Amino acid sequence: MSEFTAVVPMLCVTLAALAVMGAEAFRTKGEDLPIGGLGIVGLVGAAAAAVLLWDRSAASFGVIVADNFGLFVTLVLVVVGLLTIMFSSPVVRRDGLPAGDYYALILFSITGMIMMATANDLLVVFIALEILSIAVYVLTGIRRDDARATEAAFKYFLLGAFSSAFFLYGIAFTYGLSGSTRLNRIGAYLAAQALSDNPLILVGLGFLLVGFAFKISAVPFHMWTPDAYEGAPAIVTGFMSTGVKAAAFAAFARVFLSAFEPFSGEWAPMVWLLAAATMILGTVVGVAQSNLKRMLAYSSIAHGGYLLVGLVAANDVGKAAILFYLAAYAVTNLAAFAVIALLGARDAANDELRDYAGLWHARPALAALMTVCLLSLGGLPPTAGFIGKWYILSAAVSAGYYGLAIIGVLTSVISVFFYLRVVVMMYMADRPAALASAPTAGVGMAALVASIVVIVVLGVLPTPLLNLAVASIATIF
Amino acid sequence: MLLTLSWLVPLAGALALLVIGNADGRRDAVIRWLSLVVTVATFAVTLAIWAGFDSSSPDFQFVERVPWIPAFGIDYSVGVDGVSLLLVVLTAFLSPIALLSSWGSIERHVKEFSIFMLALEAAMIGVFISLDLFLFYVFWDAMLVPMYFLIGIWGYDQRVYAAIKFMLYTMAGSVLMLVAILGLAWLHNDATGAYSFDLLRLYDLEIAPATQMWFFLAFTLAFAIKVPLFPFHTWLPDAHVQAPTAGSVILAGVLLKMGTYGLLRFSFPLFPAAAAYFAPTLALLAVIGIIYGALVAMVQPDMKKLVAYSSVSHLGFVVLGICAMNSQGIQGAIYQMLAHGVSTGGLFLLVGMLADRRHTRLISEFGGLKAVVPRLTAVFMIITLASIGLPGLNGFVGEFLIMLGAFRWDPRFVVFAGVGVILSAVYMLWMFQRVYYGEVTHEENATLPDLLPREWAAAVPLCAMAVVMGIFPALFLRPMESSVEALMTRVQARQNLRVENGVGSHFSGTAAKMTPDPIFERSER
Repeated sequence: MSEFTAVVPMLCVTLAALAVMGAEAFRTKGEDLPIGGLGIVGLVGAAAAAVLLWDRSAASFGVIVADNFGLFVTLVLVVVGLLTIMFSSPVVRRDGLPAGDYYALILFSITGMIMMATANDLLVVFIALEILSIAVYVLTGIRRDDARATEAAFKYFLLGAFSSAFFLYGIAFTYGLSGSTRLNRIGAYLAAQALSDNPLILVGLGFLLVGFAFKISAVPFHMWTPDAYEGAPAIVTGFMSTGVKAAAFAAFARVFLSAFEPFSGEWAPMVWLLAAATMILGTVVGVAQSNLKRMLAYSSIAHGGYLLVGLVAANDVGKAAILFYLAAYAVTNLAAFAVIALLGARDAANDELRDYAGLWHARPALAALMTVCLLSLGGLPPTAGFIGKWYILSAAVSAGYYGLAIIGVLTSVISVFFYLRVVVMMYMADRPAALASAPTAGVGMAALVASIVVIVVLGVLPTPLLNLAVASIATIF
Repeated sequence: MLLTLSWLVPLAGALALLVIGNADGRRDAVIRWLSLVVTVATFAVTLAIWAGFDSSSPDFQFVERVPWIPAFGIDYSVGVDGVSLLLVVLTAFLSPIALLSSWGSIERHVKEFSIFMLALEAAMIGVFISLDLFLFYVFWDAMLVPMYFLIGIWGYDQRVYAAIKFMLYTMAGSVLMLVAILGLAWLHNDATGAYSFDLLRLYDLEIAPATQMWFFLAFTLAFAIKVPLFPFHTWLPDAHVQAPTAGSVILAGVLLKMGTYGLLRFSFPLFPAAAAYFAPTLALLAVIGIIYGALVAMVQPDMKKLVAYSSVSHLGFVVLGICAMNSQGIQGAIYQMLAHGVSTGGLFLLVGMLADRRHTRLISEFGGLKAVVPRLTAVFMIITLASIGLPGLNGFVGEFLIMLGAFRWDPRFVVFAGVGVILSAVYMLWMFQRVYYGEVTHEENATLPDLLPREWAAAVPLCAMAVVMGIFPALFLRPMESSVEALMTRVQARQNLRVENGVGSHFSGTAAKMTPDPIFERSER
């Protein structure tokens, strides 16, 4: 039995996904089953399992390790899942999405994400990557009647497959050199080779880097992101931009900060460049967007850049900062996309910037909640986003990367400009919004308010989560 | 406890307003009175702090320290000394006046307006009382948000542009300061093995001169934009002119002082060697600002813009006094901050009253108002003279002390500053003459109502304060004396180069020696 302990969180989510599929299969046409509720049960179970596994460093089959780092990310993913399901419930009903398929896909992709965050073997990382990616490809195109969504799904699929090939190739090279796909053995091999300049090591490293960079949409591997994010239903975009990113970053950090740590002198400059390019391009191009989803897509690219800064810093502050930032960013970004989703209608996405003109007059509560999200994304106090950004910058400064820190703060000022454009639209444009008629959704609204409370509480009293993040990195690396 | 109350009371007021339902403005009157009561209560709290303040001690008083983020040595740590005490009182003094000024002009979304005003007051007081750099930065940045909304929603025609410009300018400066703050904490970690954002501990940190230069520039850029020091002033006319009256009063009265306060509290004592190096340059910019602000103010057709540019000029004096780094200069600078808060806050208030009556701020639209609104004219005269620096009113003391201090440092600056004083009389009196004297040139002006009771309530405290500050300067100078001495000693004691100079030449002499300013160098030849 003990062999299975580390996979319990994953199992809970998988079982929930299977239950959802079963329920859908036995659902009579038109019957309204609380399918999302099944997912919530599974996710809560996963959270409970993660809490119980805390500090135990359980391992299963030698390839899954439930160390604190993995469990922290698991908890973040569970929160992402819970919020997504709650935000989705009004959207699924409104847009007539196939509820069973939709929730099952969400849960399967969360399974993949959790696996990715806890995998200790490159091949398992790859399998996890495929599980989550395939589910997300389908979710992107789940509105089959929408040409844009179909196009987005196809683009995402093609480029995703392309990046998977890179990743697999990197695994192959690494395996060829070290004779193993286990991270600890690769690490031991590389540590012994640390002084050699075997170019094959760098080739493997480079391919893996490209594979990860695709998944976290780091510039210049971000091309798919704006299209996929714009085409997918808003709530799916929120899910992708937080869950996928969190899982990919967890694996990225684990592989590069443990197995490839001896070669940090080689990859740190590359990641430095990626981080700088990602922050700059994400914000500068974000300024030019007139579609809110596309704008937030670029903003999430930029946020990936900030997370990369923590990876470059590669010290304890940086590792803990990545975890804190992921949590803060996940809640904030998901909530922002939820507002877009709640304001949409079946036949109109209402996601152009001008659609938000005068939203304050029509829906004051939603406008206020959106404002808090945007301020948090922009890194203004007293929000979680501010603490996250401060933490990442601390990491950069304490590792001596002043240049990166300065790029980070300057781009965050530029990003505030485009977040403020939304605020300007909502509060300072006179035309009353056409969105007045959108119904206020119970569960979705409650989840939104809860997210905002979390954002503000984390901004004012970040210590518990900070300590948890610090405790999470103590066990590995 | 009192200090925490001083910012928690307005914040609690803002949160309380949040839950009051106000559909269709049904409870506007309740909300107006409630927020006024909250700000008056805050003022009472700050008066209690002043009453309990021990003027003979240079130390921080009413200190509260609670661990906030222990892993990084971040505390919730607040305290006041002679430098910050009166600025806190000024903030609390101006807030109810600003709110009163909005009673006639803000008619839509009164609830949200009051919430933002109260949140702004909380953040402003927080900036002045923070003794932890992280806490300071949080308040410093948090303050931007309510001000942004105040300008952007309730401002005049160009409000959105002005609001965004204000926000981005200020943020662009302050984020670099954030990097420098992190750098400081990390240096502290290097030296002692623990992170700390505690101002008092960071004061004792030995920082290599080259590092000081960078950090000083990062901090000073943030403050120079806020002051605003020439050439970083271009956000100010937009923000001041477009903001609603209450916003302009707070902007001119309090927000600008945060820049000069930051120079005094952070830039100079944290990085004394760099401060010595850059002081002549800063003073030069300040003097340029004094003259430039005055000249540009002179030709403004818009009263609000005129007052806005006069702020650039007046704040130049404050920076000059700080750069002199002697007791007259610093005391004068602090006094000028307070005086400018009262008189320019008052000017914006009175211009706002005129604008409310006529819906224009153009000087050419007025004329001969003396006969129509004699009481408003009298009040306006007092505040105008206070702003010019007429002896017996508040503006005189600060400017006089600053020039005294600057003269002891480097008389060349005083020549130009003196020209600025004359110019300020020119543009203020010329404006006054065009608006109030002569014949009534526009028919609409003939029937303007004089001061309403509500407007009396806002204007009288300001006039009274202008007179009291002019006649009893000791009342306000006494609390700051020992803190200013301590500040100077701290800066001078850590002038590494002072010892090399041999003679006990004071701080600024060293500075002048280190960096002969190119412009003055040339003029000497």
